Amino acid sequence: MNVLNKLTRHTENSERSLQNTHVNNVKWLSFPYIIWMSGFILVPLVLIIFYGLTNKENGFTFDNITLISDPINRQALFLALKLSLFSTAICLLLAYPLAIILNKTKMKSNSFIVLILILPMWMNFLLRTIAWQNILEKKGVINNILAFFHLPALNIINTPTAIILGMVYNFLPFMVLPIYNVLIKIDKDVVNAARDLGANNRQTFMKIIFPLSLPGVISGITMVFVPSLTTFVISTILGGSKIILIGNVIEQQFRLGNWHTGSGLSLVLMIFILFSMAILSKYDKESEGSNLW
Amino acid sequence: MKKIIVFAVMVSALFLFTACSKGSGEKVYVYNWGEYIDPEVFELFEEETGIEVVDDYFESNEEMYPKIKAGAVQYDVVCPSDYMIQKMIDEDLLAEINFDNVPNLKNIDTSYLKSSETFDPGNKFSVPYCWGTLGILYNKTMVDEPIDSWSAIFDEKYSGNILMIDSVRDAFGITLSYLGYDMNTTNETELDEAKALLQEQYPLVQAYVVDQVRDKMIGEEAALGVIYSGEAIYTKRENENLEYVVPKEGSNVWIDAWVIPKNCRNKENAEAFINFICDGEIALKNFEYITYSTPNSIARDMIEDEDIKNSQVAFPPQEVLDRCTTFRYLGEDFEAMYNNKWNEVKTE
Repeated sequence: MNVLNKLTRHTENSERSLQNTHVNNVKWLSFPYIIWMSGFILVPLVLIIFYGLTNKENGFTFDNITLISDPINRQALFLALKLSLFSTAICLLLAYPLAIILNKTKMKSNSFIVLILILPMWMNFLLRTIAWQNILEKKGVINNILAFFHLPALNIINTPTAIILGMVYNFLPFMVLPIYNVLIKIDKDVVNAARDLGANNRQTFMKIIFPLSLPGVISGITMVFVPSLTTFVISTILGGSKIILIGNVIEQQFRLGNWHTGSGLSLVLMIFILFSMAILSKYDKESEGSNLW
Repeated sequence: MKKIIVFAVMVSALFLFTACSKGSGEKVYVYNWGEYIDPEVFELFEEETGIEVVDDYFESNEEMYPKIKAGAVQYDVVCPSDYMIQKMIDEDLLAEINFDNVPNLKNIDTSYLKSSETFDPGNKFSVPYCWGTLGILYNKTMVDEPIDSWSAIFDEKYSGNILMIDSVRDAFGITLSYLGYDMNTTNETELDEAKALLQEQYPLVQAYVVDQVRDKMIGEEAALGVIYSGEAIYTKRENENLEYVVPKEGSNVWIDAWVIPKNCRNKENAEAFINFICDGEIALKNFEYITYSTPNSIARDMIEDEDIKNSQVAFPPQEVLDRCTTFRYLGEDFEAMYNNKWNEVKTE
């Protein structure tokens, strides 16, 4: 008995040390990424914080941050928040049913739908947005078709609606994929158990499926909300430079060479993003999140 | 402190990119406006000199300037406009051109060198490339009366049919001259008046554009567009309903010229490039492609199409030029004031 105990303990120990050396070897593999991360994520972030908190004479100041209260910047921020909230909500409404359908359909047609969803992403983001400009223009594709049927023309180019449309179109896959990813991992037995215990469709969804899919929903929301909030390309191309979002203000500051102001406003934007992520993570009880991100 | 951080970034960037920048042969780095040179000119230059052209583009002077100023990207030849050249000379960003290497300068009509002296006294830093006016391009079938005044672009009648120029000095310049003020004004009440008018115009504007105005006017997206004269010949060729006019209140006349930044990589290559561009035949070839008025007298004499050679759009008569003004650099404070007011216009 004693011998046996010793023996197992011995094997456990050697296994553990084996595991340790294994981990040590693998650690080296992260080296390229650490270089990448420090060069392209940490250093730029430090630079932004540095520029954001200094003035042209390199003196410490909060002026760049408080510039957000300037009426122009504040308005641009609120408009950006409004449009990105709208587009996130629309994405969620479109993506969730789609993810459910994907989850329920058979494997073959399912990968076909995913392919169709991802296919546009094989083309450049800018090109797709410019294509939307051509589609929505006064003499664009949609209006030509409407005119053919003697229907009134659609005038949404250069309006906030066009910008929301552009955001939804470009970011929809980022909402569908995380939700779909979580849904396929929900154990069928859990759903069956709920049925066994007499839950109807609605109850199963509300009490079982939806809560279990929350991590996917939350990473989807983040993946759509953050790029929508910071975009300046979509608003320039589909808004005809008439609609200024906070992203446009920041871009313009950098273009004009005001790195300090641009960085300061970027910091404010980062605070908003961190804040929204903090709220979201409160709902994200499964701290692991979706496995995609 | 700031220097150290910037240096650290540069070093890490260098570390990552040196591997790809190793190439054989000479290069010249050209920074120019979009759609502003015949790409074949680059090929011919490469054939003749063996110097490879690396090209990069900008859409406005304001976009180009910080890149040169920061020195993050080293260009050999840049093509800014008059007032921006003046600013760059003031800030000591430009190198004096060695004209021994640019013998083709003799092809440039002396009248343009003379007008260049307003921003480059002594013609030491720049060689004129193109020039022109700013005006209204309109679609004859979409307007009720002949357009001859800036009032058209502020007219409610054309609501949603106006393409306004998305460039701060140009936008304020035309508004100021419509109001009868100096385009280079530094008087804040005059500027505020112009701003108020631009704010009134905002709901009428379909979009604020620069390069896109050309295709939108050809596609009949709008009735009126504020545009540089050089685009007029090209757009008219594509859509014969289009007509260009320099409004009676006056407008801007501009010169874009080649300059060499102080931090260029290879000044001789830059000078070789400028010299090549000033060659009569090359200038003609280029003119036929971009249709912006050329200051090259040899090229102008060689234009075969009489209509273009005598075009009042490409080569406006003196009485038009008499009512046009050149932009001057107004100093950093007024530049910021113009920019702020322009932002206020666009975030109504």
